[in-house]
Amino acid sequence: MTQTAAASSNVTPLKTQGPQTTAHVVALPKAQPKSALLSPRLKARGVELAQNLIPPLLTIAALLLLWEMLCSSPGSSLPAPSTVVSDTWELIANPFYDNGGNDKGLGWQLYASLKRVALGYTLAAVFGIALGALVGGSTWAMRGLDPVFQVLRTIPPLAWLPLSLAAFRDGEPSAIFVIFITAIWPVIINTAVGIRNIPQDYKNVAQVLRLNAWEYFHKIMLPAAAPYIFTGLRIGIGLSWLAIVAAEMLIGGVGIGFFIWDAWNSSRISDIILALVYVGAVGFVLDRIVALIAVAVTRGTANA
Amino acid sequence: MAQSFLTIQQVDKSFTRGSMTNEVLKDISLDVEQGEFISIIGHSGCGKSTLLNIVAGLTRATKGVVFLEGAVVDEPGPDRAVVFQNHSLLPWLTAYENVALAVDKVFARTKSKAERHDWTMRQIELVNMAHAKDRRPSEISGGMKQRIGIARALAMQPKVLLLDEPFGALDALTRTHLQDQVMQIQAELNNTVLMITHDVDEAVLLSDRIVMMTNGPSARIGEILEVPLERPRKRLELVSDRNYIAARAEVLKFLYERHRFVEAA
Repeated sequence: MTQTAAASSNVTPLKTQGPQTTAHVVALPKAQPKSALLSPRLKARGVELAQNLIPPLLTIAALLLLWEMLCSSPGSSLPAPSTVVSDTWELIANPFYDNGGNDKGLGWQLYASLKRVALGYTLAAVFGIALGALVGGSTWAMRGLDPVFQVLRTIPPLAWLPLSLAAFRDGEPSAIFVIFITAIWPVIINTAVGIRNIPQDYKNVAQVLRLNAWEYFHKIMLPAAAPYIFTGLRIGIGLSWLAIVAAEMLIGGVGIGFFIWDAWNSSRISDIILALVYVGAVGFVLDRIVALIAVAVTRGTANA
Repeated sequence: MAQSFLTIQQVDKSFTRGSMTNEVLKDISLDVEQGEFISIIGHSGCGKSTLLNIVAGLTRATKGVVFLEGAVVDEPGPDRAVVFQNHSLLPWLTAYENVALAVDKVFARTKSKAERHDWTMRQIELVNMAHAKDRRPSEISGGMKQRIGIARALAMQPKVLLLDEPFGALDALTRTHLQDQVMQIQAELNNTVLMITHDVDEAVLLSDRIVMMTNGPSARIGEILEVPLERPRKRLELVSDRNYIAARAEVLKFLYERHRFVEAA
């Protein structure tokens, strides 16, 4: 270090005196904020935000316009966006009304669906990571379990519903089970791949340090496989949200899925469209939440 | 029989895949004294890394034994810390945490928390990395990563320090700088070091003895060369030193005249 510093000081003696020059710079911003409306950094972030926000907003506007033009004729079978908003204004304005029974605001409907997903998905995450660790860590577990998983995972979520209704004799646990069985496969498979792919280097480090099984699990295995695990968790949350709408259509009760089905049965097409917008938005938010947790937990080694 | 500090006794290693048996090392014997700096040099594929891994305990010898202070080596352990070629730092930990992982494990019972922190910081300062202790491996250069790798190995207070081509992946300037630093640290701590290298200058500059290996398969120790140079050694003064030039020529002759690298070996 000292050698490089000495070498560079021959060429540019001023720059090696870093601390003094920076001391002046630090003092300046404190006096400035009042005169400058936007600091350059804030401005740069604003530009970046605009670059990311304006293109999708334009796309949405264009699509809405197209939709409006296609569906504004009196004989059209689907409502135009303006009609949707005017038809469903009551629902948009009061997301949390409750008239008893199934007659609840969309906020409550989504909340009921989210509760089921939260429970089923949490179970899937816990069991999925545990089973994935087993399959990834043990050759015999892989040989025994992997073929079974590969077959089971191809079964469509809704195909499990009748069986779970027969087993649980109740809609609520059946829906949760469907979420669980839908979300667990990608978690298992990705966790297993992540653990199988732990570089030999890390294992060598663990061996040289003589880490015991528990230390190896939480100091090497989990963090090394975390990016893979979170890939599985992200696919899982997406699938859960796909499955819940379908499952709720069949089990009834409060929930966004049955709300859509109910709206269809009473020909409230605008309600369906509004619900779809909400379903999409919630699905997007769920995905982002898992992605952000991934970045926080893996300290940036997973992709947002 | 008077045992050396580290003894490698008639070690053979062959890998078997199905019916194919591939003999990598044949009858390797070497005695290393405490505080010695030994380089193992040879063409790629001659099994030098395999030999290092056997001493580390990461690979089992097919035949033969390794003794460290009279005890048989049969599993990896912190008394034989390894600096891996590709640094092998854990990417989710900071430089400090990577070193601390080793310190906390090795000195869990013998040092208090504060002592372990001080010890970790001392190792990081020893390799001049205190300024970057909170950075992650992805945020520092290759040379810095390797320095942290060295700090982690030194932190275990190993009886033998095993260096597996530690500077192989670095650019020439960084390599020079790190070699000087390793020399300095070794002079300070008097570690026993076993280093794999394929760089002749590096071997001559750093080692007390250079172990030259023949080409595989069934690689053996071809020759062992003593390097009669006083320490501390100064890179620039050595350039014109007669002993240095002679030792260098000796290794070069071994590698490029008598045991030339066979293509596709």
